Amino acid sequence: MKLELRGITKRFGSLVANDHIDLTVEPGEIHCLLGENGAGKSTLMNVLYGLYEPTEGEIVVDGTPRKFRTAGDAIDAGIGMVHQHFMLVPVFTVAENVMLGHEETKPMGWLDRRRARKKVLDLVDEYGLKVDPDMLVEDLPVGLQQRVEILKALVRDAKVLILDEPTAVLTPQETEELFRVMRALRESGHSIVFITHKLKEVKAVADRITVIRRGKVVGTADPASSEKELASLMVGRPVKLVVDKTEAEPGAVRLEINDLTVLDGNGQAVVDRVDLRLREGEILGIAGVDGNGQSELTQAILGLRAPAAGSISLDGKDLAGMSPRQILGSGVGFVPEDRQHDGIVSDFTVAENLVLDMVTQAPFGKRGSIVPSAVRDNARERVEEFDIRTQTIESPAGTLSGGNQQKVVVARELSRPLRLFIASQPTRGVDVGAMEFIHKRIVAERDVGTPVIIVSTELDEVVALADRIAVMYRGRIVDIVPPTTSRGDLGLLMAGVLPGAEHADGAGATRADTAPAGPVEAKTNESDATPGEEDPA
Amino acid sequence: MTEDNKSTPGEPSEAKPAATRPAGASASAPPKPSLGRAMLDGIITGNSAVVTFLAILLALVVGGVLMILADQDVLDQYKYFTAAPGDALSASWSLVSDAYSAMFKGSIMNPDLFADGSLEDNFRPISETITQATPLIFGGLAVSIAFRTGLFNIGAQGQIIAGAVFASWIGFVVDLPPVIHLVFVILAGVIGGGLYAGIAGFLKARYGAHEVIVTIMLNHIAVLLLGWLLTTDTFRRGGQSQPIGKDANDNAVLPNLFGDNLRIHFGIILALLAAGIYWWLLNRSTLGFELRAVGSNPDAARTAGMSVARAQILAMVIAGAMAGLAGVSQVMSSTNPAHTLTPSIDAGIGFDAITVALLGRTKPLGTVLAALLFGALRAGGSVMQASANVSVDIVIVIQAVIVLFVAAPPLVRSIFRLRGAREGAEGGPLAAKETVGVQA
Repeated sequence: MKLELRGITKRFGSLVANDHIDLTVEPGEIHCLLGENGAGKSTLMNVLYGLYEPTEGEIVVDGTPRKFRTAGDAIDAGIGMVHQHFMLVPVFTVAENVMLGHEETKPMGWLDRRRARKKVLDLVDEYGLKVDPDMLVEDLPVGLQQRVEILKALVRDAKVLILDEPTAVLTPQETEELFRVMRALRESGHSIVFITHKLKEVKAVADRITVIRRGKVVGTADPASSEKELASLMVGRPVKLVVDKTEAEPGAVRLEINDLTVLDGNGQAVVDRVDLRLREGEILGIAGVDGNGQSELTQAILGLRAPAAGSISLDGKDLAGMSPRQILGSGVGFVPEDRQHDGIVSDFTVAENLVLDMVTQAPFGKRGSIVPSAVRDNARERVEEFDIRTQTIESPAGTLSGGNQQKVVVARELSRPLRLFIASQPTRGVDVGAMEFIHKRIVAERDVGTPVIIVSTELDEVVALADRIAVMYRGRIVDIVPPTTSRGDLGLLMAGVLPGAEHADGAGATRADTAPAGPVEAKTNESDATPGEEDPA
Repeated sequence: MTEDNKSTPGEPSEAKPAATRPAGASASAPPKPSLGRAMLDGIITGNSAVVTFLAILLALVVGGVLMILADQDVLDQYKYFTAAPGDALSASWSLVSDAYSAMFKGSIMNPDLFADGSLEDNFRPISETITQATPLIFGGLAVSIAFRTGLFNIGAQGQIIAGAVFASWIGFVVDLPPVIHLVFVILAGVIGGGLYAGIAGFLKARYGAHEVIVTIMLNHIAVLLLGWLLTTDTFRRGGQSQPIGKDANDNAVLPNLFGDNLRIHFGIILALLAAGIYWWLLNRSTLGFELRAVGSNPDAARTAGMSVARAQILAMVIAGAMAGLAGVSQVMSSTNPAHTLTPSIDAGIGFDAITVALLGRTKPLGTVLAALLFGALRAGGSVMQASANVSVDIVIVIQAVIVLFVAAPPLVRSIFRLRGAREGAEGGPLAAKETVGVQA
């Protein structure tokens, strides 16, 4: 099926989200739509999927112009969409979710679960989308939930699949799996519109690339183009993909974590006897596959989770037993990993979000009253400084694109004097331009002497930013290595396997200068980390 | 930043990059609101002032249709509708217009009295409206403030009763000089309501007990407790078997503002003050900032160092204090000439308060206006019953229909073909409405 968008324009009031966009998706190709956050990619796809009516332009399917008034029309025309936020019923099984909306029935309206199950299994076999049809969706990891969404589209005979930022929520392994599935679908004649702003991924799977900037198609590119070319096309100016930073000059130890253990609701240790020392003026990266205790570790430092054992002390002051407000007040900046959930209040204005954790303090709060002028001035400054793209500072933060929401959070946390800065996934869902900027700010914070902890599941990010990398696996710090460590070794560590003595030699040879801050400083639980403990996570 | 020129030749209007910034056209959904929250958010954010106004208009139309359907004489005229449509229509018109003009006369002003009535006579309808609205303002604020903190306070009834009991007790048990006694009575009402609502807040914050369930149960407890209190010697008026409380001292009473002939009393000043405090609290105080943050995203609020439990308890206590003031007004104002506690002291205000808060979109001014509207309906309703012989129950129907329409903004928009309703929706609900009278 050949799909064409001709001259699609979508206006929201005075805002032009899509400006005369032309796009052709040939059968059997993976067409990548590349653009910054807020460039209008999602709007375009919502037009295509019948969720928005275009102000101008037409959609042509196999040569005939079609009008999609609802998503149902688009589905009938063979278009399937996997949204960034999944549309699944958590308490239903995979098969039930897949058949939802066009249920198989036996006479008298009985649900034919067996046939639904079989259909799912057939599709699973056909495209290698391994998923158990009888599992409850709520019990599935995110990567598998996404597969269920893809199955939903396929079972409705979708010939064109729209994947809206599908990798934003996936681990590297899950991303690889997704690419495999995408390629299998392409082989069977499906076409895929893959929306993203991650250059590596584009290069890995795309057959053709269309770049959108500020609502317009600014060009098409070949997957063979370099990342640099793609990035500058997308952002509209030359972009540095490498983080510019000087050698760390670590000073005295500022943060000391001893034997920290955090339990989850079931009494399982999610952070398991962690020891960490963090020095002034260095960035410690925490790498690891999502869900290995990184978030719990940061939450414990912030006082959001009570440790079951161990101590955390910042500048010699014990943080355990302090409330999050006291900890924030004592100079800890915190960027939570899920900005939508924990970082911003989407109903609040940008200005209010920029003072969310400072509103009780001067100059924003005086004797229980908010000082609106101080809040406004602060907002104007931060919006300017961090290039937060918002219509006004009074716009609700929820109307900003993801990358700009992230800038709001980062701007807020970096706008006061800090003694420790913790950023979890600081650039998740953020485009290249904003990423460059956020990275620069983080390094600048280090350079003024603040100890920084970066938690990221993106290995690239950790390697680019960190002066030392602590790898977490199942709640433990498996090892602390210099950023020059090979990807292979880091990958092994992330799977809980110690690559033996190799890395120490390698590190010593290449980064002799920082070695004292590295493995020597790190007291790890090497004796506990049993390499033989192989368990496919 | 001149890069735009390269990509968009021949479009000089694109010179200012700032103007073309697509500022997040794709707003993504906030994380998982509960079903009830989502519904209420829809009611509160989905209504423009226009929709609210149209909902009220529609409700009055529906009320009119019901009046016709309930009047046998007028219905009889419809039997000859084809022969003499004029009779039926004029009978309907006179019935409905009489009723609504009586309502207008009872709640806003009476044109008949305008020329030769005294100032008092002319002011009386407004005075009645305001008097009826006073406790509704308190109640509406009580629901609004909890709602802004993400709590659905169904417990205004119980909190009003608690406030009334405390206020009444202070009113008769001690003997204090004029102003001072009233101040103590008001404080007692605030404390009574605040403590009672605080129970729900505490249970929610400490044990996660859902506030809807808890406040409903606390309503029952309050009603029954009140019934029991009125059997005790402490509260029951001496020498009487009826469950009626003791009279309050004269010094404990909210004074009338304009003499004995008009019922408007000091409570309205307190109510407007309370609305002002609510505005300040919400928009200008750090506490209100925290309450709102907890209300719209408790996780982000917690991460930003706020205490969700503290916010929930405080919000309920403040809400209860507001409702307690409604209790003070119920006992100590001109609407209760003997200033005594009775088993039905709450007079259904606790539930109308929820409607008032939703209609007023939980905003301070909106709540006051919605309370005035309901006050007018209550004040006008009784006049309507007396002079136009239309049951006062129609007022309750009108209130209910307003809520119904306010709860479904798209319905109102589609009826009036406003932008936002899906175009070409089922053609003409208006046409259907016009035939209602005919088939009967």
